[in-house]
Amino acid sequence: MFQRIRFLLKLSQAQDIARRYFFTNGYDGALTMLGLNMGFYTTGNIPTTVAINACLGAAIALSISGLTSAYISESEEMKKELAELEKALVADLSDTEHKKATQWVPVWIALVNGFAPFLVSLFIIMPLFLEQLGMSLPFSPLESSIACALFTIFLLGIFLGKVSGSFWLWTGLRALLIAVLTCVAILILES
Amino acid sequence: MPKVKRITLDILKPRSPSSLEFAKAIADQESPCRVQLTVDEVDEKTESITLVIEGEDIPFDAITETIQNLGGSLHSIDEVEVEGSGTSPRQE
Repeated sequence: MFQRIRFLLKLSQAQDIARRYFFTNGYDGALTMLGLNMGFYTTGNIPTTVAINACLGAAIALSISGLTSAYISESEEMKKELAELEKALVADLSDTEHKKATQWVPVWIALVNGFAPFLVSLFIIMPLFLEQLGMSLPFSPLESSIACALFTIFLLGIFLGKVSGSFWLWTGLRALLIAVLTCVAILILES
Repeated sequence: MPKVKRITLDILKPRSPSSLEFAKAIADQESPCRVQLTVDEVDEKTESITLVIEGEDIPFDAITETIQNLGGSLHSIDEVEVEGSGTSPRQE
């Protein structure tokens, strides 16, 4: 099954697109969670249940936005590419692997695009869930959640560095710097 | 039943799958074949290739099906080598 997915992704040259979507929407999810948690932190005295519900709501919205936008745009894009290929080959490709790729690859890309922000968000708000379950954390749940967001953004930066072949620590620190600047901007604007 | 031992095909195929993947898919038949692929012309989206397939009993129908499945179109059969089994009745 995974071999088949890999083959169709390779055939439609969509591996890079899926990887790009994973980073872009994962990064979107992480920064959104960071922004929300920073907002709760600066407001102070926000009940954990409210923070969890707000973060989950945002994560679900980001996920559905990612799923639908990627599916709509990629399926139309791939249909156009198939039509161009048919024109170049002067052939009907309706019974070929290319046609199957046109049908399935947008679904997989949409799943990557949709689940990336959702999973990233779930990881970031994990300390809030743990606090709800009665576990004691070394820092406050919101501080722990902010730390998780910064760590996730650093990891996404490293992932980008590994993919592009750049120095992983530099790309990780660059992503982290953007996240820190976001925190500073929120602190300045909300104080 | 005569056996096809060698066949040369002129094919137009999309750039993707690559020539290596294309040749591998064609070689990977029930009756294994030796495939030699030569790229004659490269266009923006397509490639003209010459396939030389060798085997003990080349399954031609399965090969054309694989070619079509991968988006290729068979332009012509340029060369064929067939070996008879000597089992058909002689005409008097």
